Amino acid sequence: MGNWVVNEGISIFVILVWLGMNVFLFVWYYRVYDIPDKFFYTRKLLGCCSTRIRRQLDRNLTFHKMVAWMIALHTAIHTIAHLFNVEWCVNARVNNSDPYSIALSDIGDKPNETYLNFVRQRIKNPEGGLYVAVTRLAGITGVVITLCLILIITSSTKTIRRSYFEVFWYTHHLFVIFFIGLAIHGAQRIVRGQTAESLLKHQPRNCYQNISQWGKIENCPIPEFSGNPPMTWKWIVGPMFLYLCERLVRFWRSQQKVVITKVVTHPFKTIELQMKKKGFKMEVGQYIFVKCPVVSKLEWHPFTLTSAPEEDFFSIHIRIVGDWTEGLFKACGCDKQEFQDAWKLPKIAVDGPFGTASEDVFSYEVVMLVGAGIGVTPFASILKSVWYKYCNKAPNLRLKKIYFYWLCRDTHAFEWFADLLQLLETQMQEKNNTDFLSYNICLTGWDESQASHFAMHHDEEKDVITGLKQKTLYGRPNWDNEFKTIGSQHPNTRIGVFLCGPEALADTLNKQCISNSDSGPRGVHFIFNKENF
Amino acid sequence: MGQIEWAMWANEQALASGLILITGGIVATAGQFTQWYLGAYSIAAGVLVCLLEYPRGKRSKGSTMERCGQKYLTRVVKLFGPLTRNYYIRAFLHLGLAVPAGFLLATILGTACLAIASGIYLLAAIRGEQWSPIEPKPKERPQIGGTIKQPPSNPPPRPPAEARKKPSEEAAGVPTGGPQENPMPVNDEVV
Repeated sequence: MGNWVVNEGISIFVILVWLGMNVFLFVWYYRVYDIPDKFFYTRKLLGCCSTRIRRQLDRNLTFHKMVAWMIALHTAIHTIAHLFNVEWCVNARVNNSDPYSIALSDIGDKPNETYLNFVRQRIKNPEGGLYVAVTRLAGITGVVITLCLILIITSSTKTIRRSYFEVFWYTHHLFVIFFIGLAIHGAQRIVRGQTAESLLKHQPRNCYQNISQWGKIENCPIPEFSGNPPMTWKWIVGPMFLYLCERLVRFWRSQQKVVITKVVTHPFKTIELQMKKKGFKMEVGQYIFVKCPVVSKLEWHPFTLTSAPEEDFFSIHIRIVGDWTEGLFKACGCDKQEFQDAWKLPKIAVDGPFGTASEDVFSYEVVMLVGAGIGVTPFASILKSVWYKYCNKAPNLRLKKIYFYWLCRDTHAFEWFADLLQLLETQMQEKNNTDFLSYNICLTGWDESQASHFAMHHDEEKDVITGLKQKTLYGRPNWDNEFKTIGSQHPNTRIGVFLCGPEALADTLNKQCISNSDSGPRGVHFIFNKENF
Repeated sequence: MGQIEWAMWANEQALASGLILITGGIVATAGQFTQWYLGAYSIAAGVLVCLLEYPRGKRSKGSTMERCGQKYLTRVVKLFGPLTRNYYIRAFLHLGLAVPAGFLLATILGTACLAIASGIYLLAAIRGEQWSPIEPKPKERPQIGGTIKQPPSNPPPRPPAEARKKPSEEAAGVPTGGPQENPMPVNDEVV
């Protein structure tokens, strides 16, 4: 429980505060329109409850999606409420309503009067409603921005996002139209209320009952109305400004020169780009956004950094899976056999690095690092950095032993990471410290033919798949055994457990940490850290 | 955008339009707006669109994620053959369904969304895409005895290695594959 609070506590707290504010504001503005006299006649005519759409700074994807669903929900409520509103207002103008509403709607027809009902033409429904929708700014902006919102949502579903990224990316930029439309949506001020001066002369609570006498008796002159000023822009102008700043910063950063110093092709459609940029500083486990104008002038794609901060270049490993990566592959000349001149390599723009650094790794004496599938990529950076720190005898490195678990489905994803492990293996042998890093690669997707292959080569010195001295294991690791073994080998230590992988695995490891830790202050303690790389 | 299959996006858009048509229709009918029968039509059209669009078509490249429980509707949609396979027909069908709902403010959003979906389907049809059902792969039942052509030639219980050499010398002239002659008497101990 303690671990859960530490790992998720802040996010949950922020979300609860945000939801609480949503609820509060909804209720507050409901009462703003429900209680005061200013809107007495407005309420009589409509029975409306206006809603506000709030957008707040989003910190990560989950929050972004939650905000999006909240916007969609409020849009639905708002639209449905105004549909009723328009229908009844139009009906009141064509004498298809109760006499009181008709009388209220008539105010404004005479020359010196200000109107309450924003529908002035006497066109009956449904044409009346449609007419209002296309002649009022609120109607036009409402329909346009709701359409934009729907297009954004349908192109953001998982299928489209994963397989047809360009559609998702370009359609998402409709949000610019959405927010501009939202800011000017209320500019025509069709929601009306009684003016303050009129309220002094004409008190609704006293006068509402004798509407036929208004203007004829002294204490009930004809009331005067005015429209509510738009309010939404006050909420969104701050975040919009911040977003604009962020894009400007990205643009400025993209103008900085980035030089590709080396391109390495790895087997199974992976390439590694090593680059240099003046003033670039990174920490372990961070990621960058990359743009290649030769391939696409507008697209930015995120990649985890796989180099260590101690190196004089920074690198990313890219798997070739779609249009953009294919284009990059060709632009870097990876499909050609002969040596490429440096000046032929394409220009690259880099934004970042982003993400929280995972420096906690260095403060434990013993760590267990678990990477599942693609989640192993940030560990490349961590392992390299740990090795550099170890060789240079860095003072802040308390790490004495690393247990590394890499879980993946098939052997294809191995190759470049296996090269890294081989390099570390050789270097550790030279330093006579083969025990520093012990790694377990677990193939979870083996089949019959692979199994027989392994069985045949079981006795060879190097593993048949990776070429490493430590053998590959098949199937998922038995976490209970692993934790018990490690716990017994390191009594009385705090062992950090770091995971980059799926939720289910996080739950498993968390439970194992709790059940294998000793209860007292002495004894072995496993501390679970879920990293959001 | 070379790899995109527009039909996938058209499908999502059409499904959303169906839901919006249903919602707008409910608002108009429940609120008893003027000419609310158009709202009732909108509900019916929305339901039809949703049923037609719910089963996702098979992608030409890669695997396709099925929607939950779509296999029942897949069978129904498949029955209509070319009417549902061809995206030109779908595009014009959606356009036609959308028009009557455009006469009511409550349902006009559904009209606009469905019209957009129709346009994307037209684009998909021009690019030659078509709907194919996602069928469950027939389970490959392991062929019992399929790869065994002959019974094993030296099944256990086997005598020790020395005794084994004799039958192989004798068998040089005897064709293999015949019934096994056990060099030692063997009892079937199963009672």
